[in-house]
Amino acid sequence: MKKFQILGPGCPKCKKLAELTETIANDLGIEYEIEKVTDINEIMKFGVMMTPALAVEGRVKVVGKVPSPDEIKKMLA
Amino acid sequence: MKILAALIGIFIVAYALPLGNPKIQEAIQEAFRLLQWYARNHTLACVVPALFIAGAIITFLSQASVMRYLGPKSNPVLAYSVASVSGCVLAVCSCSVLPMFAGIYQLGAGLGPASAFLYSGPAINVLAIFLSARVLGLSIGVGRAVGAIVFAVVIGLLMATIFRKGERAKVEAAVQMPEPEKPPRPISRTALYLACMVLFLVFSDWFNPGNVVVKTNDGRRFKAVVIHETKDTVRFQLEEDIGSEKTGDKIMLTKAEIAEMQERKTWVLTVYHIRWYLAGLMALAVVIMAWRWFERDEIREWMHNTWQFTKLLVPLLYGGVFVVGFVSVLLPEKQVARWVGDNSLGANLTASVIGTFWYFATLTEIPITQALMKLGMHNGPVLALLLAGPALSLPNILVIRKVMGNLKTLVFIMLVIIMSTIVGLFFGAFWG
Repeated sequence: MKKFQILGPGCPKCKKLAELTETIANDLGIEYEIEKVTDINEIMKFGVMMTPALAVEGRVKVVGKVPSPDEIKKMLA
Repeated sequence: MKILAALIGIFIVAYALPLGNPKIQEAIQEAFRLLQWYARNHTLACVVPALFIAGAIITFLSQASVMRYLGPKSNPVLAYSVASVSGCVLAVCSCSVLPMFAGIYQLGAGLGPASAFLYSGPAINVLAIFLSARVLGLSIGVGRAVGAIVFAVVIGLLMATIFRKGERAKVEAAVQMPEPEKPPRPISRTALYLACMVLFLVFSDWFNPGNVVVKTNDGRRFKAVVIHETKDTVRFQLEEDIGSEKTGDKIMLTKAEIAEMQERKTWVLTVYHIRWYLAGLMALAVVIMAWRWFERDEIREWMHNTWQFTKLLVPLLYGGVFVVGFVSVLLPEKQVARWVGDNSLGANLTASVIGTFWYFATLTEIPITQALMKLGMHNGPVLALLLAGPALSLPNILVIRKVMGNLKTLVFIMLVIIMSTIVGLFFGAFWG
């Protein structure tokens, strides 16, 4: 069971990142749970200044942009 | 759920709207008239190119490099200057302002630069500045940009001074910066590319200053600026005294009274007449640069980002224009004029306070202030509203409170209100 966290206050880009992550994780057949971190103070605890961001198992993989599906694939694997 | 709520809302309006009422008929007509005015006068020359520029900024300028200047070890002078101008690069969408504010405050350069960023960021994105200058007048557009940048630094410094003793609630976390991407081309090329696009917008938005020499049928001859021209009448602002009218007075003449109206040659006017050639030249340069210097993938990403902005902003802007056109007819003109009709302290204060708490969706502040100006709002309060408006709103304040606590939030709100009022007063006094 992998834990993915989407950091972002709920802007369109964060939603897009969340959707992409779910689709790709499903495609790859990973068992996962996804959490949307929307509280700004919680986001800061990750050390993230620019949203959206994606954390896998508590480690931040990408900050400030929606990566391409290929990049996400590498991050989730 | 949201779509259902929207459908129900539209249904209720459609069901209950009293179409027989002449006031409502007028309001509907005004809504469509205003929408058409935006569609005809501002869409192709301003909104569309500005969306492409916003997309290009997000795609080709590395935001991470800007945030680097706002990190924990940054030089304070640099941090303040970058924070107050970086809004034009970073904050094209207002939803990204708050996380960056929190980031600068808790992880990066601290309270002062964070406050500066929060004040100027939302006000100085490309789209907002150009659309303000075009719709509300050049002086207001420039006033908005310059006022936001200058007073952002002042507010930041004040916040930092007032709370210099308080330990900031610094979060212990290693700052996660995005991987520094190797720029695919020298920064000078990217800069030239963006500059050409901005110049395109400058030229396509170039306005006719309306300096004319008027000869009337009764033999008078005077210099004036055309304010407004309709089918039968022209309104002038005088540039020299004639009889009892003084310089700066506004007079109305019917076309029958005017014998001759000649444009006065100035360089502004010369540029106005060739503006489409200049804009075309810039567009050509942009196309050539895009073709020679950029990868196909980058262009695709640019188009993608432009489309994202379009989907986000266009419904807001044109929906806002339509609603504002409708509502403005129903607003009591006398009330608006009484509250914000002059450049008094009270009027500027009222505009700042309303701006501080009211929520303006991105860009809708422009049609709203436009409608208020038509109802008699003075230029000073207009600028006060434009400065306080996008920087703060009630939902915004609740988030900021969570980030920096009650006391600091309260002081920040007071500073925004006071500063916006002062800027409004000054602006109204000189460019009223």
